Amino acid sequence: MNAQQTWPADDASPAYNYAYLDEQTKRMIRRALLKAVAVPGYQVPFGSREMPLARGWGTGGIQVTAAIIGPDDTLKVIDQGADDTTNAVSIRRFFEKTADARTTEATAEATIIQTRHRIPEAPLRAGQIMVYQVPQPEPLRKLEPREAETRKMHAWAEYGLMQVKLYENIARFGEVTTTYDYPVMINGRYIMAPSPIPKFDNPKMHMSPALQLFGAGREKRIYALPPHTSVRSLDFEDHPFRIQSWSAPCALCAATDSYLDEVVIDDQGARMFVCSDSHHCETRRAQGHRGTMLGDAATSGLVDPSPSAVIPGDRRETRDPFRNPTEQGSGMDPGSALRSARDDDAKVEAGAKS
Amino acid sequence: MTTHATFPETAYDPAPLLSVTGVSRFYGERIGCKDVSFDLWPGEVLGIVGESGSGKSTLLRCLAGIDQPDEGEVLFRGGPEPLDIYSVPEQERRRLMRTAWGIVHQNPRDGLRMDVSAGGNVGERLMDRGDRHYGAIRERALDWLSRVEIAGARIDDRPRQFSGGMQQRLQIARVLVSEPRLVFMDEPTGGLDVSVQAKLLDLLRVLVRDLGLAAIIVTHDLAVARLLTDRLMVMKDGHVVEQGLTDQVLDDPHHAYTQLLTSAVLTV
Repeated sequence: MNAQQTWPADDASPAYNYAYLDEQTKRMIRRALLKAVAVPGYQVPFGSREMPLARGWGTGGIQVTAAIIGPDDTLKVIDQGADDTTNAVSIRRFFEKTADARTTEATAEATIIQTRHRIPEAPLRAGQIMVYQVPQPEPLRKLEPREAETRKMHAWAEYGLMQVKLYENIARFGEVTTTYDYPVMINGRYIMAPSPIPKFDNPKMHMSPALQLFGAGREKRIYALPPHTSVRSLDFEDHPFRIQSWSAPCALCAATDSYLDEVVIDDQGARMFVCSDSHHCETRRAQGHRGTMLGDAATSGLVDPSPSAVIPGDRRETRDPFRNPTEQGSGMDPGSALRSARDDDAKVEAGAKS
Repeated sequence: MTTHATFPETAYDPAPLLSVTGVSRFYGERIGCKDVSFDLWPGEVLGIVGESGSGKSTLLRCLAGIDQPDEGEVLFRGGPEPLDIYSVPEQERRRLMRTAWGIVHQNPRDGLRMDVSAGGNVGERLMDRGDRHYGAIRERALDWLSRVEIAGARIDDRPRQFSGGMQQRLQIARVLVSEPRLVFMDEPTGGLDVSVQAKLLDLLRVLVRDLGLAAIIVTHDLAVARLLTDRLMVMKDGHVVEQGLTDQVLDDPHHAYTQLLTSAVLTV
């Protein structure tokens, strides 16, 4: 987080200031960040700048990252848990270009993790900074359209209305159906929108050793969670908060404790569940975990076929008979995990479980 | 101002619940209401009548803590200490409005959350004060819906699926669920047809008597005033021109304007 004030002098064409934003803007954002850290959960207004991507694509997160990044930092960017989606790749490249930043896909190696809608499965550690992209920072907005009124409600902790929303859910559906952006109470004081992360991730925020920063570019708000801050998801006494659970483990890495995306894999209604955190899934597969629908590791190109990555008695042998040779053609695209899984393994019987 | 006989002294609680002294509200040059003073005792229902534009609603807004009056003070004895509602912080005033007071708006749309179910509407005040047990909240909501004669089966319907009269009853349930000591009603029967009005008035009368509420009811309907109120204030051009016991004021109006008002009532 040590700010380097200028672009390295030997650079030929400093078209932009270091990390794109000018120093005054970064100072302004840092002041907002300091205030936000001092009052956990409080939304601090800031002068959001035009960024070279559309509002709503993560401009808030990018500005926060730009204000805190330094040459010593290692940046990881995820979008819905994945490191390889367009948005994540572009933002990573943006900081490689403008901030000379090292980037990584490994959660443990990163010092700054900019995220859209997920918290990595690997536990965060002290010294790491999470930067969330936030579309709507005001948790009460859908209930109370007046900004002046919501500010008063926050100021005086008049949070009955938020409970009314949960009541409505239970009355209509028998349970709280909010599954993402699930409102949380910060430090027993402010209700905060955790950004549209699944409620599965809410418990990870509680007492996290990492600093968590939230930037909403379009709405021009910054808020923060200092390390070791209590985060309580709202609920009723007789309808306690619960996170999502799945009946099946990850189809690729057999994880049972991670957040799974449901993927429709044909037009017959077949579907698979895979980890939304792509790096977590790859790490597990490299460690030798095998899900039911993971194809031949070597041909799929998903895992390094080096001996160290293959567990003894690899199941690949046993699974080969199930596979239709015509379907695992050489024209298969090895790039995408989901696609290859579909091509390879849609026909694999469920019994071939690791 | 014409004043009839002295106000009834309530034996059990001599201290008035609400003391209003010299409340004035101006809109620039124009007078909203001027120099209004009265006391309201627990369990008493005060009516404010007058023609359109006479300052009834302005006065009510001043009393209910919505609009700050330019002059005068409003003392509320909800707790052990009398509270000047405009000298306490806004936070305290809002808390009072949510717990010790209730406001029934003329248009139910102003008082209800139209996209929240009936149960949620009734339960909001309970959740405001910190109730966090879904089952208990729902039970209270059902109880109050039955008290205002809304079928329990409709607890999960939204107010926009209700008729006008039901919306108004729902609004009353929503206000009364927190057991306020003082209720402000702005034309509670306005815009309803006569038979629905009659039912609603009946209901209000029962509730007010049962709960021992103090209420201030603004109306331009003298029949409503006659039916519901103990005391009456007649307003004209922002001034109180006459006040006294309802029956006295209506049967023996002193002020010329009150005479005009009472004689203008159609008798069928």
